[in-house]
Amino acid sequence: MASVTYEHVTKRFSAETTAVDDLSLEIRDTEFMVLVGPSGCGKSTALRMLAGLEDITAGQIKIDDQVVNEMPPRDRDVAMVFQSYALYPHMSVFDNMGFGLKMRGSTRSEIGSRVKEAGRILRLDQLLARKPRQLSGGQRQRVAVGRAIVRQPRVFLLDEPLSNLDAMLRVQTRIELQKMHQRLGTTFIYVTHDQVEAMTMGDRIAVMKDGVLQQVAPPREIYNQPVNMYVAGFIGSPRMNFLPVTISNHHAKASGFELNLPKAPGVERGVMGIRPEHFLPNVSGDDAAIDLKVEVLEVLGSDQYLYGKVGSDDIIARVDPQLKVSVGDRVRLGVNMQRLHLFDPETEQAIF
Amino acid sequence: MAAPALKLKFAKPRSGRVIGDSLLGRSIRIYIPLGILLIVTLFPFYWMAVTSFKSASELFDFSVSPLWVREPTLDWYRHLFTETNFPRWAFNTAVVATVSTVISLFCSILAGYSLARLRYRGADTIGWGIFVTYLVPPTLLFLPLTFVIRELHLFNNLWALILTYPTFLIPFCTWMLMGFFKGIPRELEEAALVDGATRMQAMLRIAIPLALPGILAAGLFAFTLSWNEFLYALIFMNDSLVKTIPVGVTQELIHGDEFFWGELMAAALLGSVPVAVLYSFFVDYFVAGMTAGAVKG
Repeated sequence: MASVTYEHVTKRFSAETTAVDDLSLEIRDTEFMVLVGPSGCGKSTALRMLAGLEDITAGQIKIDDQVVNEMPPRDRDVAMVFQSYALYPHMSVFDNMGFGLKMRGSTRSEIGSRVKEAGRILRLDQLLARKPRQLSGGQRQRVAVGRAIVRQPRVFLLDEPLSNLDAMLRVQTRIELQKMHQRLGTTFIYVTHDQVEAMTMGDRIAVMKDGVLQQVAPPREIYNQPVNMYVAGFIGSPRMNFLPVTISNHHAKASGFELNLPKAPGVERGVMGIRPEHFLPNVSGDDAAIDLKVEVLEVLGSDQYLYGKVGSDDIIARVDPQLKVSVGDRVRLGVNMQRLHLFDPETEQAIF
Repeated sequence: MAAPALKLKFAKPRSGRVIGDSLLGRSIRIYIPLGILLIVTLFPFYWMAVTSFKSASELFDFSVSPLWVREPTLDWYRHLFTETNFPRWAFNTAVVATVSTVISLFCSILAGYSLARLRYRGADTIGWGIFVTYLVPPTLLFLPLTFVIRELHLFNNLWALILTYPTFLIPFCTWMLMGFFKGIPRELEEAALVDGATRMQAMLRIAIPLALPGILAAGLFAFTLSWNEFLYALIFMNDSLVKTIPVGVTQELIHGDEFFWGELMAAALLGSVPVAVLYSFFVDYFVAGMTAGAVKG
């Protein structure tokens, strides 16, 4: 159990390539922190710097209050689960899981008892003698996790551990990891490109883009109050709708509709953001409304998504799955004024 | 109760394309070319073996086919072992080949690993330097090496060969092992480092076991190169008792224009046997070495 602090951490691979740019982030003891972003955003590099697998160009990383920049990985007492699991192919499951303890000089009996205990928790007890090539993907993933928990480290690092699993197994394993976090009470730092994993697993989410931290906040806050267009568009599926608008005082005009903003933003142009799930089925009176010309329908059973145009803007709207709609129809939807966002078109920062 | 119904087996249609596989086609494309290749490659060995078992009268009897033995004899082998220093040459060759292989492998494993895995200033230059030394032909290199051997007073000493053979073994083996080490996913060693291993432990417990096919292949290559080496052995060894097989056989079983064919062929055959045996045991690793392949995790 430990806190982790990144203080103005930068990683430059060359003069042209900055993978992580001035990252300052504090991860509290026992927290489940998710670093999320697209490929190349620097999240894995940030994790690897913490593990000691990459040098730090500038700044400091602390575990508890100890600066670990120069510390070799073995002394940092962190455990890592790699995306490809990185199981030692020439060793059995038992030896894979016991490797860390063996390196640290634990006795055979201690290794035996800890590995068997982890094996029991992860339902690997019948597989301890097998080699990794004799295991399924899900089993290998559990061995990788087992190898980490057997060491009882201060911090768990997980680098996209679910990305090689099929969809069903992914959901199952997501839940198991969360239960494990609750049981172990250790700090977890989890890297993923999947915003669903980020939203469902994290106590807090750190959204990264091009090496720069965009926002760090609990899932609800990231969803409700994104600080910029990037975070707003990255979190939430389907993506938030962005509509360029011209504004005079309270009044905002998009290409296909107009509405009155909850407050005067003090700018003349903006980008309005509405999530697909924030369109209302009924319009009453003076409420803002859109007329969506439906081009594509997606019926998911639990939801129905309409893709179409309002004026010249592309819009995605979530509607009642029972609503009968066909391609070509015009659907009138209300706009939830409480959930509207406005962004500055130049800086892309949120105005509200 | 009805009699058990006859099971009629209908021919299942074959899936996939059937490639025209007549015996004639196979012969033309596979058997004949391979056959020719085998004959060309194996004929020298056959000739050596057959000649070494022919009696003296048969050796120079041109009235009959030279391809068969009519009166086999072990005289030449007896002669080789009792009247020449062949046993000594064999021993010397084995010692030199084994020790220089071990030394070269030890250095190459460390060099190959460091060049494949570690980042440090000058790594590229050092790597390039190692390969360039391999390109210098022994026919030039023997000159400065002779001076070195003289200064060290190692003429007629097996150490002269044990210390000079690595000059061509190490570059070659390093190059080969670099490929193997690079083929091991980096993450395996990274996992070991995070788990608590030092870099040396990660190399010993993860990289080397996984690179074992490559190490065996490099070892085979090194052993073969050492076993068959001629130039340095010729120059540094004059005394009959310290010669290696290639040098002893050519120097002492050929006097001017007189060839002692029987002993010569017997020695050549016996000299080839150890390497052939080693290869046959480790042929899988040898092939893996030739492709310097990726190691499957």
